[in-house]
Amino acid sequence: MAIDSAVLERHGLTQDEYARILEALGREPTLTELGIYSVMWSEHCSYKSSRVHLKTLPTAGSRVLQGPGENAGAVDIGGGLAAVFKIESHNHPSFIEPYQGAATGVGGIIRDIFTMGARPIALLNSLRFGSIEHAAGRRLLAGVVAGIAGYGNSIGVPTVGGEVEFDESYAGNPLVNVFCLGVVPARDIVLASASGAGNPVYYVGAKTGRDGIHGATMASAEFDESSAEKRPAVQVGDPFMEKLLLEACLEVMRTDALVGIQDMGAAGLTCSTCEMGSRGGAGIEIDVAHVPQRETGMTPYEIMLSESQERMLLVVHRGREAEVERIFERWDLHAVRIGEVTATGRLRVLHRGEVVADIPNRSLTDEAPVYRRPIREPAYLADARTLALDTLSPPSPTDALYRLLAYPGIASKRWVYRQYDHMVRTNTLVPPGMGAGTVRIKDTPRALALSVDGNARFVYLDPAQGARLAVAEAARNVACAGALPIGATNCLNFGNPERPEIMWQLAQAVEGIGDACRALDIPITGGNVSLYNETDGRAILPTPVLGVVGLLEHADRVVSRPFKAAGDAIVLLGGWGDGELGGSAYLKVVHGLLRGRPPALDLARERALQLLLVEGATERLCRSAHDCSEGGLAVTLVESCFDSGLGLEVDLPAASAPDAPAFREPATLFGESASRVVVSVDAAHLDGLLARAAAAGVPAAAIGWTGGDVVRIRLDGRLVVDERLASLEAAWATAIERRFARTAA
Amino acid sequence: MKFAIVVFPGSNCDHDAYHAVRHVLGAEAECVWHKDEDLRGADAVVLPGGFAHGDYLRTGAIARFSPVMRGVTRFAAAGGPVLGICNGFQILLEAGLLPGAMLRNRSLRFQCEQVHVRVEQSDTPFTGACRIGQVLRMPIAHGEGSYYAEAETIARLEAHRQVVFRYVTGAGEVSGEANPNGSVAAIAGLCNEARNVVGLMPHPERACELALGSADGLALFESAVRAVAGRTAPAGSRV
Repeated sequence: MAIDSAVLERHGLTQDEYARILEALGREPTLTELGIYSVMWSEHCSYKSSRVHLKTLPTAGSRVLQGPGENAGAVDIGGGLAAVFKIESHNHPSFIEPYQGAATGVGGIIRDIFTMGARPIALLNSLRFGSIEHAAGRRLLAGVVAGIAGYGNSIGVPTVGGEVEFDESYAGNPLVNVFCLGVVPARDIVLASASGAGNPVYYVGAKTGRDGIHGATMASAEFDESSAEKRPAVQVGDPFMEKLLLEACLEVMRTDALVGIQDMGAAGLTCSTCEMGSRGGAGIEIDVAHVPQRETGMTPYEIMLSESQERMLLVVHRGREAEVERIFERWDLHAVRIGEVTATGRLRVLHRGEVVADIPNRSLTDEAPVYRRPIREPAYLADARTLALDTLSPPSPTDALYRLLAYPGIASKRWVYRQYDHMVRTNTLVPPGMGAGTVRIKDTPRALALSVDGNARFVYLDPAQGARLAVAEAARNVACAGALPIGATNCLNFGNPERPEIMWQLAQAVEGIGDACRALDIPITGGNVSLYNETDGRAILPTPVLGVVGLLEHADRVVSRPFKAAGDAIVLLGGWGDGELGGSAYLKVVHGLLRGRPPALDLARERALQLLLVEGATERLCRSAHDCSEGGLAVTLVESCFDSGLGLEVDLPAASAPDAPAFREPATLFGESASRVVVSVDAAHLDGLLARAAAAGVPAAAIGWTGGDVVRIRLDGRLVVDERLASLEAAWATAIERRFARTAA
Repeated sequence: MKFAIVVFPGSNCDHDAYHAVRHVLGAEAECVWHKDEDLRGADAVVLPGGFAHGDYLRTGAIARFSPVMRGVTRFAAAGGPVLGICNGFQILLEAGLLPGAMLRNRSLRFQCEQVHVRVEQSDTPFTGACRIGQVLRMPIAHGEGSYYAEAETIARLEAHRQVVFRYVTGAGEVSGEANPNGSVAAIAGLCNEARNVVGLMPHPERACELALGSADGLALFESAVRAVAGRTAPAGSRV
């Protein structure tokens, strides 16, 4: 077959890129080689648009054991143990086939973790959908949640937290970002590197089929009307097979027979062979005829590009083959020798002895194209940043509060997390919905608190600031649990990077993440970029999602969201804020607006607040802690009551709001000023906490008391909310269920 | 006292059951691979939760053919205490060691949440340390946990006092809302006629430490220790 412009276009390669292929090979590529280049140079595998920006992120730190570049990052959590974690997207497949798209996203990230030798102990997810007022949105949400549940529950890794947000921009392009964390003795971390010429290369796991061919290329293109026809490119997950692989691989890793291992995720056999060779400075030669296949007549091209799930590639020390094969046999898995390591530095693919591809590894990996794409500040910003509150008339505070509590982005996500097994492995100290998901580390006094966060409204209005706020919020959430943030992973979901405006959003967001991570001393140890999140030319809101890992030295001192006892003092840490409503949930839900500027953020003050929260937990001062984010102070206060059976009574000073006097109350109650946390504290410890806050330079104010069955909020002494707790809680607890119940009836 | 924890491919609560009996209760415990028939001289057997063989075909349908089930069946026939938890309960049903079957939850969705069950019988090896009427708080985590049996079978179960646990409210009342999955007669757990084989859908092994939300489940394992002590030692010889 002649390689003409139509063939190149089908492979998502440009003429310039083709010229580079000719140069790397010194000849015309075979079709198999062209396919290999197309997937390895796809945006999904090569990060060609984002790499120059990602390089600016802080990745080093005293706890970092493994930074970006391996299957996952790793940080030291003390006691000789490492936490291995990463977040990854499965957006495009989840739109096309929600259940399998989400399920295989879970399967993929779990493989990344156990490939490092770590036993996966926690999953989280960050999801974005269009409105669930529409049947299409409900179908996607239900399908994605069922898919995550179907895979995670079966394999036995608890889903301990996450977030779900809604915006029309995701209606045709939902986001499914999945985070996984595992634990391994630091000295037993396994790398995905091939070395030692003559060492055998093994394939183990599911057979290879035609599913998922060009999945990586699909994830590197926009959607249009024909996307529904791309269904065959979505893979089908088999969590049982992966459970067997997980147990068998961990068992193999406990021997020293293994040189390196990598899962076959995006770009399947192609990616695993050339990346393992490239990392080890070696070559790999395989014969695809030995690859177990579940369909007949598969070509080398199809075998190399298949993204069939639950497959692993292993390099084993020569002479130790029988030992490794025996372990897999015990789990009814057949490890098949498909080739060996060479000293050539090349990926050489044979088909029944005949060479079908022979490519220098580095040309596929380190020397893949890197673009510094043009950037331009989008025109929408000037208008979107203006906010004329004086043209609006606010509803009563109580009315607004009910509407916010029933908004699906704020409402209880019980309908969602009830479908996830969040308790298996018996480590879950703080389950979903009760604060940052927290898992204890058995045989140690420690625990890890985990949070994934991102506020795309803020990022839309100011990408750098929105990204800083996302880092701060995720870190603040784990600090609320009493955990010191020690590492982060990011998932960058954006539109088409070939548009300068989108590229500007991405560049700005990465800069913001870098700023915040440096200031808060949280290295980024890896992550994922998902671009081309567009449908019919309309991009999603720019959505960087941060996953932060926090370390608790004393698992038994973990702090959760709900109040614990009547008569406790309620303290607002971090100050009153400036009544900032820009980009708030209040403006979206009550006034239907996405406008203004996101809140200010003083990173030094944020850091001081987080350290104070860790101290407050360690000293057992705080009985509950809840971050002020979506819905502002009023929602945070009321949410602190939920699941506790305790009401509250507080008095707050009203914000000034000089431009719009009518908005003094909403700005105070629902403004989303950053770096604020509501804690409750035993009255006997109140002075102690206030003194520590003063010493740390963190503003702190006792604003009221817990107790009773009513929520009473005063502004400057005037009662503005006086509602029965049960009534507020009902609005919040059942909002999502009600939307599904309506459709079932 | 030694527990055998059976490990099927796809079991995923095996570690949790082991942790509960070995580290929380302090008994001996050993994992037994499903391809072994030999139960290693265990005094009690636990079939843990999970998705044995992926639960493909039907929950527990393939697991009943594992070699270990021959050993379990013999052990049960000899009066040995056997506890099936969640998927383990489903396997006991498929193996015919307990009557009835599981349907999908009434919600048609997987459900993971804390529930309350009432102890209906205290003369089984796994409830001897409980009072009749005692309410235990334990989590469920299943998609197919709606217990079903024909009316005659239910009548026989009731007549022979084989319903061991029922879903109830925190106050101990049977109600539609307190029944999380639509099980017939709010049945959460059963025993066989000989009373030595017990299966239940809730997870007692997840409710053995207060830090995890409840320690009520420990009573089942403590009961087993007591029962085994009673079987092996003459009455009155143990404190």
